[in-house]
Amino acid sequence: MVKGKIFDMKDFAVHDGPGIRTTVFFKGCPFRCWWCHNPEGIEKKDELFFYRARCIDCGRCSEVCSKDAVSESEEGVQIDRKRCEVCGRCAEVCPSEALKITGREVSVEDIFKEIDRSTLFHDTSGGGITLSGGEPFFQYDLMEGLVERCDAEGIHVAVDTSGHVDPEKFESMIDKIDLFLYDLKFIDEELHEKYTGLTNKNVLKNLQTLLDHDNEVWIRIPLIPEITATDENIGSIIEFLSQFKGVKEIHLLPYHGVKEKYNRLGKEYKLEVKNISRQRFESVRKRFEDEGYDVKEGG
Amino acid sequence: MMSKKVDDLEGERLDIKEEMEERRSSIAPINDRIKRLRDESVEREVEISTERAELITEFYREVLSEEDPAPIQRALAFKYMMDNVSLPVEKGQLIVGIRGTGPKEVPTYPEVCCHDKEDLDILDSREKNPYRIDEEEKKEYQEEIHSYWKEKTIREKIFDSVSEEWKKAYEAGVFTEFMEQRAPGHTAGGSMIFDKGLKDIVSKIEEKMEEVEDRKKLNELEGMKIAADAMIAYAERYSEKLKRMAEDEEDEERKAELEKMASICSKVPAEAPSTFWEALQHYWFVHVGITTESNPWDSFNPGRLDQHLHPFYEEGDLSREEAKELLEAFWLKFNNQPAPPKVGVTAQESNTYNDFTKINIGGVWKDGRSGVNEVSYLLLETLDDMRTLQPNTAVLISKKVPDRFLYDALEVVEPGFGEPPFFNQDEMIKILLRQGKSIEDARCGGVSGCVETGAFGKECYILTGYFNLAKVFEITLNGGVDPSNGEKIGPETSASGDFETFDELWKAFEKQLKYFIRIKQEGNDIVEKIYDDELPVPFLSLWIEDCVEDGIDYNSGGARYNTQYLQVVGLGTITDSLSSIKHNVFEEERFDMKEILEGLGNDFQDREEMRQIFLNKTPRYGNDCDFADDIAKRVLERCIDIVEDYDKTPVRKASRRVYGLPTTVHVYFGSVCGATPDGRKAGKPLSEGISPVQGADRKGIGAVFRSVGKLDHVISGGTLLNQKLSPDLVQDIATREKLGQLMRGYFKMDAHHVQYNVVSADLLREAQGKPEDFRDLMVRVAGYSDYFVNLPEGLQEEIIERTEQDEF
Repeated sequence: MVKGKIFDMKDFAVHDGPGIRTTVFFKGCPFRCWWCHNPEGIEKKDELFFYRARCIDCGRCSEVCSKDAVSESEEGVQIDRKRCEVCGRCAEVCPSEALKITGREVSVEDIFKEIDRSTLFHDTSGGGITLSGGEPFFQYDLMEGLVERCDAEGIHVAVDTSGHVDPEKFESMIDKIDLFLYDLKFIDEELHEKYTGLTNKNVLKNLQTLLDHDNEVWIRIPLIPEITATDENIGSIIEFLSQFKGVKEIHLLPYHGVKEKYNRLGKEYKLEVKNISRQRFESVRKRFEDEGYDVKEGG
Repeated sequence: MMSKKVDDLEGERLDIKEEMEERRSSIAPINDRIKRLRDESVEREVEISTERAELITEFYREVLSEEDPAPIQRALAFKYMMDNVSLPVEKGQLIVGIRGTGPKEVPTYPEVCCHDKEDLDILDSREKNPYRIDEEEKKEYQEEIHSYWKEKTIREKIFDSVSEEWKKAYEAGVFTEFMEQRAPGHTAGGSMIFDKGLKDIVSKIEEKMEEVEDRKKLNELEGMKIAADAMIAYAERYSEKLKRMAEDEEDEERKAELEKMASICSKVPAEAPSTFWEALQHYWFVHVGITTESNPWDSFNPGRLDQHLHPFYEEGDLSREEAKELLEAFWLKFNNQPAPPKVGVTAQESNTYNDFTKINIGGVWKDGRSGVNEVSYLLLETLDDMRTLQPNTAVLISKKVPDRFLYDALEVVEPGFGEPPFFNQDEMIKILLRQGKSIEDARCGGVSGCVETGAFGKECYILTGYFNLAKVFEITLNGGVDPSNGEKIGPETSASGDFETFDELWKAFEKQLKYFIRIKQEGNDIVEKIYDDELPVPFLSLWIEDCVEDGIDYNSGGARYNTQYLQVVGLGTITDSLSSIKHNVFEEERFDMKEILEGLGNDFQDREEMRQIFLNKTPRYGNDCDFADDIAKRVLERCIDIVEDYDKTPVRKASRRVYGLPTTVHVYFGSVCGATPDGRKAGKPLSEGISPVQGADRKGIGAVFRSVGKLDHVISGGTLLNQKLSPDLVQDIATREKLGQLMRGYFKMDAHHVQYNVVSADLLREAQGKPEDFRDLMVRVAGYSDYFVNLPEGLQEEIIERTEQDEF
């Protein structure tokens, strides 16, 4: 049976497609975007979250750790991430859920067992399932299994993708997916590489292939001040999109810092910009609206 | 960039100032007149008006004939009051009549429950929700009124008549008694109020009196006739007064208005109304009559107002604006009648000026078709413009009502006053049919009070008191003993250390549950008899079918349908407590019963780890987890079984039913309970309504809906679910529509009700710190909204602690 790794399933997501949806968050992503909102979606392996505010200093975690990765100090519990093997024993005994493992292995069956609970709400609202992450294509087999099951059951399926996918694999899936939420960050290849770690060759190629099909596509653009939300970058995105007729909806995602979440994972958050101002956001919105796009905020 | 998750919304919220400004700017009465009337109403302090107490005392002391049977006595008392009460007219109002001597001047009902000087001192001086009364009046009240009613009130008769077991349970906080301070009520008007005049009813009474031979019935009918004539005379007095005012009025426009009002009052309520304005005035006279005659619980209410008013709106020649102005003027009449002041423990049960009049909007009507009409939208707009403490509303959703209506109603939720709540009328019809109502009576029903389903205009459905599930559980764990004082008040069951299986514990709990429910029901029957003997309500009986038809008073079983309700409280707390023991003791074997009992006994002192396990490592209700949700189902269904499996009441022949609503009693009930195995510390509030424990629902509103949707709402009489939404969540239309669709799904599961607090915890915290700047901050409490700064602190905290849903 095909299995894969997810870090969450979210019921009643309202920004991830039409109607009320269940979003499945795949764990693991090829990109390393500086602003990533879901840092637990970057690595495929399990990780340990530590919510310091919830800790009651009971010391159970350090008692059970066999690698001496968890210790108590004056400032509370300390985790040595280098020693930690993410075995999960500390999270298991932690009474206050200050320690939690993110990541679980699931099959298509497992996921559908949970999805079935929401069918009534999907039906009532014309909703369905959204595969997000992480990068769903990064675990191609699990994704294929889910998409085929949706196809067989007539469930609306959306995929939220970075577009960094092997073009052949990408094309093979297009017809089975009802809606693409397609992330577009930069047109300039160097900038893309600088801020995401990889080039955008496949991103742009796959988007071209996709727009040759009839699928519904929402382009999602993260607006990071001074990085993606520059006049130049927005101009080049508009120019690039103008070649295609198929794009109607643009979703602009305003940047908000998420440093706290990185702290919980013991990761460094290297981006140091302010949240985008309302004024700047509106000016970007207007540029897209002037080109005739239907622009939505958030997502 | 990937889809956002809950954690990421930090820093994205509206700031507090913006949030408060948005609320304030959403209040927009239709014109300057209404705005002025609204300002006056909202700003006025609540006072006690002693006029009614003086009149009724005078009547009983000097006029009453001991030989007259109770219905005649009460009718004559009503007449005496209506003949002598003052006739205030609020400057610029379009509807006249008021209970008391002026706006927010609240009468007392010493025959039911008489305040003494100490009570009046407390009411006058308390910081929150005071009732002002000057020293001279307090003194006179004590000397003239209290001295007469001492030992004669219904309240004292009730406490003298109930059993010792009842008193012990009552004092321990196992249950409360609704009717020790307020008369039976909870009644809503049906169509009759809008298509019959009192003269029509009097002719019917006279016909009946020809046919009937039974003395008792003749007395009842005679009483009803006296009450009807008294109301006609009252309206006539108003008509005369308005004529005189018109003569003296210099402003031509107002003069014409006063003349018109005088002519309306000379017509209604003697005759049936024929215009929109007349219909509102007609209803209002009935409302004033019923709420002066006695102090029925939850005031009285005009029921399905949009259905009743629609024909007058369609056939009349008034403009939409004129109709709306009248509705907004009518709205303020309710706000000017705060709840009568209470004494003792019930002040905590429901400490509010809100008297729970509820206007139902939308839903299906008689023939089963959608009843949503232009007046429905006018009422939504009126609610949106006015934002007063009263009246309350109920939006009835059926699969047949259009999405536009649902979405418009959700837009009214957005500024955050907690109104309107949403009800599933398709489920309500099932509730009423299950209880034996006809399909038409079921469709014409609605909700009154907080969430209570009833057949409007045809049912006497009496709420008898709140029932503390957590306290019964605590007594169960202690083998029948109340651990707060060591007194044995329940039957003998195993002490908790001896339970070897979950089933044994459950059986002991059932035994205690049944014992206390029976004690309460036996008490209810005594109370019912007292009201039957002592306090007939001939005026109210005129408006409830078939009281006139059968010649039987409302309080004696004259209504077409009779029901007696018990309101269970703390479903979330008891569910999580049972789930915790089942999971942690009998399955995971983390602790034994003795350990848990010790932990609870010392309020988790040095056992924080245990408490955290209960809070975090235990299946809890509200997360779509069958393990916990099945327990919630089982508890509710067992309560209903026990309550229903008992003979009909002796006087009214009422069937016995259950509601799941708390008002604010979950705070009081929590204060009498020690720590519970759901991790709740001693004295903290219980969960409210059928909502999950505050903060226990961690998987979003969808999971809450799925958990709550598993309960069998149809076999209850109504349940209450609170949800707190982050203000960002309902700001844009697209998300509001999704919330609407989500609710449609929830209602497909035959769930009863949901209401939304759209308010940030930050704003509430700020208001706690600076109450003077936030006097107008209104929030949803239980089945009603109230000013946040007027709430007792425990309740404020409880509302803040409710989970805030910031994504679906």
